Amino acid sequence: MIKVEGLYKSFHDRLILENIDVNFYKGKPNLVIGASGSGKSVLIKCLVGLLEPEKGSIFYDDRNFLSMDYEKKQIIRREIGMLFQNNALFDSLTVQENIEFPLKMFSNLKPEERIDRVNDCLAKVNLQNSNHKFPAEISGGMKKRVGIARAIALEIKYLFCDEPNSGLDPLTSRVIDDLILQLTTDMGITTIINSHDMKTVLDIGENIIFIHKGKKWWQGSKADIPEARKSNPELNAFFRASF
Amino acid sequence: MNFFSEIGRFVIFMRLVLKRPQKWNVFWKTTFREMYHIGIDSLLVVILIATFTGAVTTIQTANQLLTPSDMFPNQLIPKFVIGAIVSTSSLLELSPTITCLVLAGKIGANIASEIGNQKISEQIDAYEVMGINSASFVALPKIIAGIVMIPSLIIVAYFLLMYGGVIATKFISVLTYDDLIEGARMTFNPLYLRIMLIKGFIFAFIITSLSSFEGFYTEGGALDVGESGTRAVTRICVFILFFDLVIAQVFLGL
Repeated sequence: MIKVEGLYKSFHDRLILENIDVNFYKGKPNLVIGASGSGKSVLIKCLVGLLEPEKGSIFYDDRNFLSMDYEKKQIIRREIGMLFQNNALFDSLTVQENIEFPLKMFSNLKPEERIDRVNDCLAKVNLQNSNHKFPAEISGGMKKRVGIARAIALEIKYLFCDEPNSGLDPLTSRVIDDLILQLTTDMGITTIINSHDMKTVLDIGENIIFIHKGKKWWQGSKADIPEARKSNPELNAFFRASF
Repeated sequence: MNFFSEIGRFVIFMRLVLKRPQKWNVFWKTTFREMYHIGIDSLLVVILIATFTGAVTTIQTANQLLTPSDMFPNQLIPKFVIGAIVSTSSLLELSPTITCLVLAGKIGANIASEIGNQKISEQIDAYEVMGINSASFVALPKIIAGIVMIPSLIIVAYFLLMYGGVIATKFISVLTYDDLIEGARMTFNPLYLRIMLIKGFIFAFIITSLSSFEGFYTEGGALDVGESGTRAVTRICVFILFFDLVIAQVFLGL
């Protein structure tokens, strides 16, 4: 579980996140939704330590991430997998080498054991027989799957997905959503998905956080949305505009 | 951004870079690959520039010193002086400074754009989220490789400058191979060799660290990557010339 308390982040004089209090639960997809520029990517970057918030606390299973020094944060980060919006695959490495990379860095597996692990990860994302292709040679949906396979190569506890469906057709989006849901429940990890794809929200949204103007505006599950839209004009406007 | 905040950012960057590598075998593998890119891939340009510069320096020096004039009748200047001038200027200035100014353009721009591209495509963020010290992972192998390979290229450049001078003696009638080599031998001073190597190590650090720094802090898109490359080369050239002056004053200032 990841717990966020009183998080503030600003750029220069512009407040981007204001007093964010939120819990992200283990074993279920936690979705952060909101319009472009609402602060959801900034929230994710603060959570993984790519941005330093001005105030607040972030607890990874009761371990206060923000009070740690750089070396201790790096240890927590080895428990984190992240799927980036633009995949962030290492373009000079093949699919196999991309997935093998975290294993080379942080495991003591022998080369043949690493290859077995890579093939295992590729099987989990339904992407066999692409080991020796370079990222430039595969489709957008395949890149997302490689990104997920790399994220889960180590035994992770937390998975962050920044706009996992951006640039994908509806069918491939659905496949990626199902894959993330399956990995979350099978591996029992805390998954945080940053999305403005309403199909994703309504399909897999167990714990949904709506960010509006840098504040946590609403939190609930997909089942709560119809009722919440009646009493929350901003949430209603966001959903109406999304369809 | 003012000069002092840039210096501060550079110091913070170097503190991150100069950390113990997380996996030594990955570090050495990357470093040897970088040594190949920096050293072997730059050999051709160094061979061309050093050989031609050596030949041109010899011809022009001979022309200036051996052309009769009212003030300096040519018979007063022994011919080996040309060899001495070519050799000493090659050791002190041409091989370290000219070679490094050329390498600033080739290696500096390449490193800045490579790391800049990794930055804008979130690959640097991916390293960081994996728990890897991204600054050290991308920059340290390049800095170590540069510090090993650039002084080696400078030594190669010195011999090629002299070889260029030897080739030039075949085309000019007033100077022979023996004059050139005699002058080089007579005025050889081990201090000059030490200065050449000191310059080599300092310039190598400037080229690789400044270009890595510029690339690492690239923000935006493809245009910004290009700007980082240009800014890196400009700054490297300025710093090389500045430290060239400082080293000359410290070791040779009267």
